[in-house]
Amino acid sequence: MSALLDVRGLRVRFDTPGGTVHAVNDVSYTLADGETLGVVGESGSGKSVHVLAMLGLIPRPPGRIEAGEVIFAGRDLLRLSEAELRDVRGGEIGIIFQDPMTALNPVLTVGRQIAEPLMRHRGLSRARAWARAAELLELVGIADPGRRLAQYPHQFSGGMRQRVMIAIAIACDPKLLIADEPTTALDVTVQAQILRLVRDLKARMGMSVIWITHDMGVVAGIADAVQVMYGGRIVERGPVRAIFKDPRNAYTWGLLRALPDHGRRSHRRLHQIEGQPPDLTLPPEGDPFAPRNPFATPRCFTETPPLVPAADAAPGHLVAAWYDLPRLLAEREGAR
Amino acid sequence: MGARGFFRALAASKAGMIGAGLVALFVLLCAAAPLLPVPEPTQSNLRARLMPPTLSWDAIGAHPLGTDNIGRDMLSRILYGGQLTLAIGAAAVVLGGFVGVLLGILAGFRGGITDRILMRLVDIQLAFPLMLLALIVAAALGPSVRNLIIVLALTSWTRYARIVRGQTLALREREFVQSARAIAASPWRIMTRHILPNVMTPALVVATLELARVIILEAALSFLGLGVQPPWPSWGRMLAEGRTYMASAWWIAAFPGLAIMLTVLSVNLLGDWLRDYFDPKLR
Amino acid sequence: MSRFLAGRFGESALAVLGVVTIVFVVTRLLGDPAILMLPVGATPEQLASFRAELGIDRPLFTQYVDFLWDAARGDFGRSFQHNRAAFEVVLERMPATLQLAGSAIALGLIIGGGAGLIAAMNRGGVIEVFVMLLALLGQATPVFWLGLLLILFFAVDLGWFPTGGGGSFRHLVLPAVTLATFTSASIARLLRSSVIDVLREDYVRTARAKGLMPRTVVVWHIARNALIPVATMVGILAGELLGGSVVTETVFAWPGVGRVIVQAIEVKDFPVVQAGIMLIAITFVSINFVVDLLYGVLDPRIRLR
Repeated sequence: MSALLDVRGLRVRFDTPGGTVHAVNDVSYTLADGETLGVVGESGSGKSVHVLAMLGLIPRPPGRIEAGEVIFAGRDLLRLSEAELRDVRGGEIGIIFQDPMTALNPVLTVGRQIAEPLMRHRGLSRARAWARAAELLELVGIADPGRRLAQYPHQFSGGMRQRVMIAIAIACDPKLLIADEPTTALDVTVQAQILRLVRDLKARMGMSVIWITHDMGVVAGIADAVQVMYGGRIVERGPVRAIFKDPRNAYTWGLLRALPDHGRRSHRRLHQIEGQPPDLTLPPEGDPFAPRNPFATPRCFTETPPLVPAADAAPGHLVAAWYDLPRLLAEREGAR
Repeated sequence: MGARGFFRALAASKAGMIGAGLVALFVLLCAAAPLLPVPEPTQSNLRARLMPPTLSWDAIGAHPLGTDNIGRDMLSRILYGGQLTLAIGAAAVVLGGFVGVLLGILAGFRGGITDRILMRLVDIQLAFPLMLLALIVAAALGPSVRNLIIVLALTSWTRYARIVRGQTLALREREFVQSARAIAASPWRIMTRHILPNVMTPALVVATLELARVIILEAALSFLGLGVQPPWPSWGRMLAEGRTYMASAWWIAAFPGLAIMLTVLSVNLLGDWLRDYFDPKLR
Repeated sequence: MSRFLAGRFGESALAVLGVVTIVFVVTRLLGDPAILMLPVGATPEQLASFRAELGIDRPLFTQYVDFLWDAARGDFGRSFQHNRAAFEVVLERMPATLQLAGSAIALGLIIGGGAGLIAAMNRGGVIEVFVMLLALLGQATPVFWLGLLLILFFAVDLGWFPTGGGGSFRHLVLPAVTLATFTSASIARLLRSSVIDVLREDYVRTARAKGLMPRTVVVWHIARNALIPVATMVGILAGELLGGSVVTETVFAWPGVGRVIVQAIEVKDFPVVQAGIMLIAITFVSINFVVDLLYGVLDPRIRLR
């Protein structure tokens, strides 16, 4: 597998009246062809902002990209002109947003909204684009596509609208599909359907996927690799099995403990991570999670840990932590 | 939000400060007109007719804004005219506000058939272009200052009624009103003690914006001969009089027009700021 | 859609009834109709016979029904000034008024819409401040004063346009610009805030994420949605325009309904005043009916409820 996306040292800032928000701090990772990457973190962790930034979708100002390279299929997206980037967006990279209730234009028909990227990137005629839009609707599991195309978003349910969003995102056979919390706003049953749909589409079309979520459980069902973000940094990254079985960062461990069915006894009470998310207007100093971390060492408060391969772990498992989580957990277990 | 927060926010807004400052300046100047060294606004001087604006002092006296066709001092007329214009505007806005707030609270609090009738009345009146409503009522009543105030208030009450009704509907469900009801306080007491104080702020915002609109409408009615009658100057009336001399003595019409424009502009600036400060939703 | 239509039609019909009722109330209750309707200097005998003809002594309700019946037939009495039916007098002036108001609203939409869009797209810049300052001035300028100034500059000094009157395109320019000023200013301010609201919407980000051309995004995703609140406002502005046309027509001696009304007020030819005001008010109601339909066209959420 070769790298489709190579993010190096991405740094995003927002200049607000309250100070400069350090939204994304030196994020680096690669995404292989055909890989599905789950990006997990709470709101404000930089998980959404960093992908929006590399596609030129954050408002500038107040946002600005301070440093970094984003090599996608051989080009640095951050060095492309707005016109060149437009060719990438919606063409080679498709995006699904969080809230299907607001992400579709209420006054245009669904057909038109699906046809737009086809006409723009594929140069299809209106009629051809509509015909293709009907196929796409069918592909995402919406019955009676011919009639549905002429309808407006408010005539669709939330789950159906998210299917429409997916149809728009995959319309031009993208190499990369970015899903920004696509199931957060949906019912649990609908969530599962959407998850299955994207997994099937991926298998069929062979694209890479970045799935952004705050829910570790969702990641388990879809991703090859997991990347946990906190305070605008990647704090841990690795194959999905390794992360779930052998977390090395206390934040990852906290997220996993918050999952309902994780662990041997399924009725164990759910754990929440105590404390407040970090104030990103302060210049980053130390491990951003340290104030909430029960395992924090003095060094965590003064020095930011680099993302390095974890000791005695699966290949590709990286962590940013000054402490040795497995040892600390074993000690805690022994002390009981 | 206390008074200190209010003034601090006002000081932070350029538009709000300009509006508030100019409004205060105009009101002060017009109110202090009798104290200022200007001639009486009705005192004519046929030797000093149609004098252009000047800063120099000559044998006939100082007329910084010039004189009109029968030699009355323009500055004095602008100041006294402003008194009348602002007083009429304020009276109309207060009268319209009184009726509008009262009916708005009644509609919102009583609900049901009272609400439906009152709101239908509002809709019907709004189906009538305000200018024309003012025109036909003014024509039927005949021109006088009192009638002018009534006409202007009539075009104004609906805006208060709508917004106050909406606020009352929301307030009715709030805890303190519910508990007042629970202890069987009389509806009158609830309306005056609990609801009225809480709708005064939005009513004040409406009043400010209405003042601007009413000043323009007053000027238009006076221009059409349905407003203030001579010899009393109001800005609209002065403008109408100056029309004839537009080509030869531009200042007679230019200064009252400028006065109206600046006043309305600053009242609007203040009103917009008040609206955004208290409740952006009122838009 | 048909239910929506029927509902709006019912409301409009009610509004027309309301307009006629208001005119009835104003003329019968606020003033003495005989004094209002008869020329100045009518003899006491004439007044008495007119009162008898009107049936002033009959119950108010009977008078009201008669009034409605007359209004439905377009009978508002005779104009003594023109010596024919008052309604005829105002009706033949209607095209001129509609031409003026229509030009003004078109100008207002083009100038105000363009300015508002430009201001919103250049948020925080000098252009926005400049445009918004102009809009504030436009809203604060008395219509007739602006008219007088325009006459002074463009008609008297420069001689580009006639000072008044009607009949040609050159006659139309100054009054239309005068009347359009307030409209443009209002539309510019509303469209600016409406565009700023729309810019924050998720679907605009979706449109950008699709890689659409900026023109497509602005026209179909931003302007298309931002125009919805403007459509409602056009209805309100139509009222301001029709009302404002009374003043503008007077300033420019434009041969429309507004000028006829003002002339009639001056000579106390009340049947013409009554007929003219009723005609304009009903036109206003009809415009709002059309605007409501337009609203349905612009917003499928209303149309397809």
